[in-house]
Amino acid sequence: MSETASDQDHREYMTVEIGEQLFGLPIEGVHDVFRPENMTSVPRSRPEIAGVLNMRGRIVTSIDMRRRLDLPPRKADETAMAVGIEANGESYGLIIDRVGEVLRLPTTSLDANPVNMDRGWAELSQGVYRLDERLMIVLDVTRVLAVLDDIAA
Amino acid sequence: MDDLVAEFLTETNESLDTVDVELVRFEQDPNNAVILDNIFRLVHTVKGTCGFLGLPRLEALAHAAETVMGRFRDGETVTPEAVTLILESMDRLKVILAGLEAEGCEPAGSDEDIIARLEIAAEGPPEDAKPADSAAVMVDEPVDEPVPLDELEVAFRNAPGPEDAMAGNGAAPNAADGADGPADGAPRMGATEGGMAQQSIRVNVDTLETLITTVSELVLTRNQLLEISRNQKESDYKVPLQRLSNVTAELQEGVMKTRMQPIGNAWQKLPRIVRDLSRELGKEIELDMVGADTELDRQVLELIRDPLTHMVRNSADHGLEGPEGRREAGKPATGRIRVSAHHEGGHIIITVADDGRGLDADRIRRKALENGLASEAELDKLSEAQLHRYIFAPSFSTAETVTSVSGRGVGMDVVRSNIELIGGSIDVKSTKGEGTSFTIKIPLTLAIVSALLVECGEQRFAIPQIAVIELVRAQSGSETRIEYIKDAPVLRLRDRLLPLVRLADILGLDEGAAGAGSGEATDRILESAGFIVVLQVGSQNFGLVVDSVLHTEEIVVKPMSTLLRGLQAFSGNTILGDGSVIMILDPGGIAEAVASETGGETAGASVEDKPSVGSADNTMSLLLFRAGGRAPKAVPLELVTRLEELEVERIEHVDGRDVVQYREQLMPLVYVNSEVRLREEGQQPIIVFTDGDRAMGLVIDEIVDIVEASLDISLGSERPGVLGTAIIREVATEAVDVAHYLEQAFTDWFGVKDKEPAGRSVLLVDDSAFFRNMLAPVLRSAGYQVAPCSSAAEALTTLEAGHRFDVIVTDIEMPEMDGYAFAEKLSGHARFAGLPIVALSSHATEAAVERGRRAGFRGHVAKFDRTRLVATLEEMTRALEEAA
Repeated sequence: MSETASDQDHREYMTVEIGEQLFGLPIEGVHDVFRPENMTSVPRSRPEIAGVLNMRGRIVTSIDMRRRLDLPPRKADETAMAVGIEANGESYGLIIDRVGEVLRLPTTSLDANPVNMDRGWAELSQGVYRLDERLMIVLDVTRVLAVLDDIAA
Repeated sequence: MDDLVAEFLTETNESLDTVDVELVRFEQDPNNAVILDNIFRLVHTVKGTCGFLGLPRLEALAHAAETVMGRFRDGETVTPEAVTLILESMDRLKVILAGLEAEGCEPAGSDEDIIARLEIAAEGPPEDAKPADSAAVMVDEPVDEPVPLDELEVAFRNAPGPEDAMAGNGAAPNAADGADGPADGAPRMGATEGGMAQQSIRVNVDTLETLITTVSELVLTRNQLLEISRNQKESDYKVPLQRLSNVTAELQEGVMKTRMQPIGNAWQKLPRIVRDLSRELGKEIELDMVGADTELDRQVLELIRDPLTHMVRNSADHGLEGPEGRREAGKPATGRIRVSAHHEGGHIIITVADDGRGLDADRIRRKALENGLASEAELDKLSEAQLHRYIFAPSFSTAETVTSVSGRGVGMDVVRSNIELIGGSIDVKSTKGEGTSFTIKIPLTLAIVSALLVECGEQRFAIPQIAVIELVRAQSGSETRIEYIKDAPVLRLRDRLLPLVRLADILGLDEGAAGAGSGEATDRILESAGFIVVLQVGSQNFGLVVDSVLHTEEIVVKPMSTLLRGLQAFSGNTILGDGSVIMILDPGGIAEAVASETGGETAGASVEDKPSVGSADNTMSLLLFRAGGRAPKAVPLELVTRLEELEVERIEHVDGRDVVQYREQLMPLVYVNSEVRLREEGQQPIIVFTDGDRAMGLVIDEIVDIVEASLDISLGSERPGVLGTAIIREVATEAVDVAHYLEQAFTDWFGVKDKEPAGRSVLLVDDSAFFRNMLAPVLRSAGYQVAPCSSAAEALTTLEAGHRFDVIVTDIEMPEMDGYAFAEKLSGHARFAGLPIVALSSHATEAAVERGRRAGFRGHVAKFDRTRLVATLEEMTRALEEAA
């Protein structure tokens, strides 16, 4: 990706909101951001699977991050966004609530997960940044998919 | 690795496979100099190239083998031992080649053992000069001195290896040659020496794969555009879009062709395997390979190669008895294994049959009990055929003694799962003492399939068309209604009871749906709006109840992501023309779900032994169109080759008739009636019919629709070109007589061929005037004298009146006396007992074919499959000639 992203002591994150919580996704893993439309639900799939959709000719399997994080479902009037990622040559979309900004943060200031963090959340978190206003959890995208895969298998 | 070495490896491996096949042929036909020359040249080329590339081990071995073969060429007697020895040295060559491929250099080791034996076989030390001399005669190839690269190129090109490889990419394979008999050897040699090599080129498989993927995307985009244009009333895009669509279809067809390979490629190793087995097991085995040039997708071919080999091994090992056993059973000492392939619909049907001892139902029964696969009571209920199917159960091997050949633990269950993995199915038919026959049915291609779109719970799903037998609309109160046995929905479908399963239940679509809480409510929904898609999986039939049936569409199957792969009900997903993603249902998975729901195989078992023939005899796909007048006209879709829209300007008027240049030929245009006029401008819709390499265009006003309906002609017609009137979708529709127009298009269409000596006569029995009219000209044009009869009774009268026929072709579904009864009647009649009978049906299921076989039919052909009908008749009349 860009030079700054590969900078040794800094990392770039794209911030997203899921529920009230701020999360950061390492920007090099983010392929695109889109509005999830024409989603086809997949019967009998895990509840976290929001469905499949067509993203410029590719079939994207979408994961409802609210469900994944055990948060209450979105209300009918709330819109959703999706972050496109790739894993093992397959396309996935993480359904989140809002996309924020891109932050360049020093790697040294990343805190480890607090010990009392929800077990399910801790599994998906690489650590926490103390931003001025709020806390940002660094989301481990591969874990999001891998853990689901374990359950599926 | 060095490019030269890499290329050498590919070519040499191919050459050696050919040598295997040719050697086995040669052993059976030791006087055939052409085969020997072929083998000799292949080995010689290998030797020469090895010398050039500095591969001493390979060179020495090839040289020793070549010397022995040189002896054969000098007229020495060919012994099985010598052939075995050469085959062994070929195997050693392959081992070294494998090492070379893995490590980039020849593996260390000595071949002195084989070389010494080869030298002994050659009686004395090999003479260096001779092979070199013959090299000069055979192929002009530099061997001894270093040569410039381009000369080496020439040497490569002259070597048969690349020829074969290229053939593998498109045209005839070696195995096809192997199966077709020695005569084929000669032209191939000619081709090698001439400039034929220029006609094909080697293309990297990856390049092809990329091309195919790109074309798949193009097809999708085309579908998308078509969908958009469908929603717009008038648009300037329509015409160019239609052309784009046609070109895309042709491109797709062309590209898909590059994937197609003759199935013979998967059979190439079989002669060698059978030969080795027959020596190892002390059995005499003859291997027949029929239809080696039948083409199928390269990917599919790779996947069935091993299962096929395994099945042939099984047949040789378990199926066939030893010579004594066979003599005791009153059979010829030589056992036969017949491997055959042919196309049928979008499938390739492969059979592996032997005339051995047949499956031992008692032993299977015991084994099933031992392995706890079923209880005694359950087994008691099973028919013999159902018992036989237990051989496909996991780790089930019936051989009492495990031999080194096939009893290695991987059994028919592995074969079955491999075949099912690619959407295929396998079944077995066996008669004790007479033999066993396995039938594999697999789709021709995996990438693009035709799918039926259905709707259920406001969601759309695709069902692969190949699994769909028919569509039934069930209505409460009518004859076709859904009934319940306890809670299990069933449908009376003609003479059988079809188990039903609701797609909504399988997919859990009702859960969470508000208000659908009570069972009664859902039942009522089920009864009132029931579209039933009748599916066939293996020999199981069941009906899938959906909310509505939409249309069919060509879809590009895309694999599901890893996270979804555990879902049993789906086999993939796809993007439709409108851009939405839908899931593709897996009929096999659903069948399993049905079976597990009802606790066992009962879902299918209750159906499968009842004859299901005739189920689809009544309905067929009909193309409805308008041509002069308001009343729609219908023609069976199977007869139609293509629907085209031609620009009017392209139509030329020559010699009093309209013609158009179509695929580099002049195609005559025929008018349905005098009311149909060519359009003044723009696109003229036509229906293209072909027979052999001739094509005719039928000019019409417009295409109306394609429907599944029965063509029951209720009013006959005296008018030429019209068979009669049928009610289709509550509208009186004229059934068009295609044969009439074909005759009109080519006055010589049937005439010329008629003049050929018509040696054989056919009695054609069918109650439908439509089929009599359609088939009689086809048979006549193939050189038969045809006597059409409209009923079995009429046919019997004709026969009893003393008319002689060589073969009878009969419909199955006929009023009063059906095809089976007719056949049984004939076989009970001393005078007609030997007369071969071919059954015609539009739906030849395993069960139907089996029942037909018992009734005495020698063949079973789909009604519209003219090519196969003619081929079957030829086979039978040839058998008659041989017998005479």
